[in-house]
Amino acid sequence: MSKELRLMKGNEAIAEAAIRCGVDGYFGYPITPQSEILEHLMAEKPYEKTGMVVLQAESEVASINMVYGGAATGKRVMTTSSSPGISLMQEGLSYIAGAELPALIVNVVRGGPGLGTIQPSQADYFQTTKGGGHGDYRLITLAPSSVQEMYDFVELGFELAFKYRNPVMILSDGVIGQVMEKVEVDDYKPRWTDEYIKQNFPWAAFGKLPTRNHNIITSLELDSSKQEQVNIRIQSKYKECEAKEVRYEEIMTQDAEYLFVAYGSSARICQKAIELARSEGIKVGLLRPITLWPFPSKALKALGQKMKGILSIEMSAGQMVEDVKLAVECRVPVEHYGRFGGIIPTPTEICEALKKVIAK
Amino acid sequence: MTREEIIKPENLVYRRTPVLTDATMHYCPGCGHGTVHRMIAEVIEEMGIQENTIGIAPVGCSVLAYNYFDVDFIEAAHGRAPAIATAIKRLKPDHFVFSYQGDGDLAAIGTGETIHTCNRGENITMIFVNNGIYGMTGGQMAPTTLEGMKTATSPYGRDREIMGNTLKITELLAQLPGTCYVTRQAVYSPATARKCKKAIRQAFEYQKLGKGVSFVEVVSNCNSGWKLQPVQANEWLVENMLPMFPLGDMKVPDKE
Amino acid sequence: MAFKGTIVIDMEKCKGCDVCVTGCPNSCIALSKKVNKKGYNYLEMLNEDSCIGCANCAVICPDGVLEVYRVKV
Repeated sequence: MSKELRLMKGNEAIAEAAIRCGVDGYFGYPITPQSEILEHLMAEKPYEKTGMVVLQAESEVASINMVYGGAATGKRVMTTSSSPGISLMQEGLSYIAGAELPALIVNVVRGGPGLGTIQPSQADYFQTTKGGGHGDYRLITLAPSSVQEMYDFVELGFELAFKYRNPVMILSDGVIGQVMEKVEVDDYKPRWTDEYIKQNFPWAAFGKLPTRNHNIITSLELDSSKQEQVNIRIQSKYKECEAKEVRYEEIMTQDAEYLFVAYGSSARICQKAIELARSEGIKVGLLRPITLWPFPSKALKALGQKMKGILSIEMSAGQMVEDVKLAVECRVPVEHYGRFGGIIPTPTEICEALKKVIAK
Repeated sequence: MTREEIIKPENLVYRRTPVLTDATMHYCPGCGHGTVHRMIAEVIEEMGIQENTIGIAPVGCSVLAYNYFDVDFIEAAHGRAPAIATAIKRLKPDHFVFSYQGDGDLAAIGTGETIHTCNRGENITMIFVNNGIYGMTGGQMAPTTLEGMKTATSPYGRDREIMGNTLKITELLAQLPGTCYVTRQAVYSPATARKCKKAIRQAFEYQKLGKGVSFVEVVSNCNSGWKLQPVQANEWLVENMLPMFPLGDMKVPDKE
Repeated sequence: MAFKGTIVIDMEKCKGCDVCVTGCPNSCIALSKKVNKKGYNYLEMLNEDSCIGCANCAVICPDGVLEVYRVKV
């Protein structure tokens, strides 16, 4: 049976996926360019369809802490925001990671710093992949480059979040959030029952069972020797994640002499730039990281060795480029090209930037 | 009648509730937190709701409250307990949810969450222990610090010209349509403690009715922060705290 | 109706705060001159005969260290 096709915005796809894959709760606060997520959820009345809770909180700070609370009980809960709002959530994200709770957060990135602009950007790469909040933790980061991936990554995000008991971030941007594309949507899946949660997530604080001690969800451990053990456990989880969860896509790399590295909407633009460059006889391909953390370093190292040069394309002043350089261990020339402050680079601009790399 | 003749199970009139764990509380001698903890635990025992109660601990002296209640517990970021309670109650409406916060947590850093949770009328119970000072961090000024009161950050006494006014947040919350029961109690004497426990029981009973936030402020002591012996601190509380924070119900639901 | 009571003190958990002593209507209890393992002057029954098992001491005890027994006499 073929799946139902819908034409929808990236933001709407996030909301629709949340309802259809059986998310228990959404807590959010409006901010451009992602307000359609909350609007779509409210319009769809998921509390009538699946029993999903949707609440407009008083702030992003409250939203992320509502997510913390919901996640602590073993429910599938999420929030979404855009850059300034995500900055406000950093404390909560650190607590969620510290308490080892599963949760999904979507950042539809806009240009910064500060209030910046409402136009698309990828300048939150550092914040997302290197930390953001305090302490040693990581966010598993998924970077969708189509509306379909916005939809698909909601369920994938929860799968990873529960597998590793760690927050997962979908790092999107204003382009993918606002663009309309066709999406294959799933049938409605039921939410997890309380019994299922009891069986599968014995760590959760859903009410004490007579058969066990009380469950405590906390990120506090005043005994440093124990807190170090907590950190060691978390880091070993991250090592496993790095070994098992790297996702990326290669496009036209078979015969490539040069390589673009780009994610999200930049990767879409690079595909057009590849067409333009190849029409001029330049053999260029693309490596698109789908997980920004864990970053596809090994794949990039292997591929990079075959290249004469690598161009990292980002809508930022150059953030991912640092990970690209680390991956290839500086054995291949790596350059960055980016526009920022809400400007989206054109395929022609990217081709010109590539020609400069070739000329070097 | 000998002591041995009296100490028999059938003569037991008071014992430590099993809803408290065996852990020795970390609080300073005479601190009201322990008394309030015990009363909440006794109410949970009496109502038979240990298995479907979820508590939320704050940041501050009672940050480790989760170690003392034998119920599932979640430790919140500073001030955010009401947001956490909101989500849990919405996702698990058949559970009793209570937050436990001090004055810095509830009335300073968490004011936004406090007011909006109360205004939305979440069906939760909020316990607010007000001792007019930041105990955990070493006795700094709180929003509820009295005018003229000396703390580590108001060493010459709270001067309203410089440091602003004492915040009576409970009076403010009683104004909000989302609160159904708002009361101020104390635990400095057996009589006030007994009344306080009744109020906590009421608050949990009102949570069942689903009419909004049931809110219990407990005016308490901070012997270390106030630099007084426990008994003196309770006397100081009566003389100084109670005129500013008078005890009694501010809001009670209409009888049906 | 008169009552006769007594208390059992978990002396190792007692922090010697003295709050219960002021709550006792019949001055039955006092802090010991001896200390427990934590160094606190713990609570002692001083005047067993006057205890009526009112549980005031237990109700006010921040550390829940008291058990109270009572019989009608």
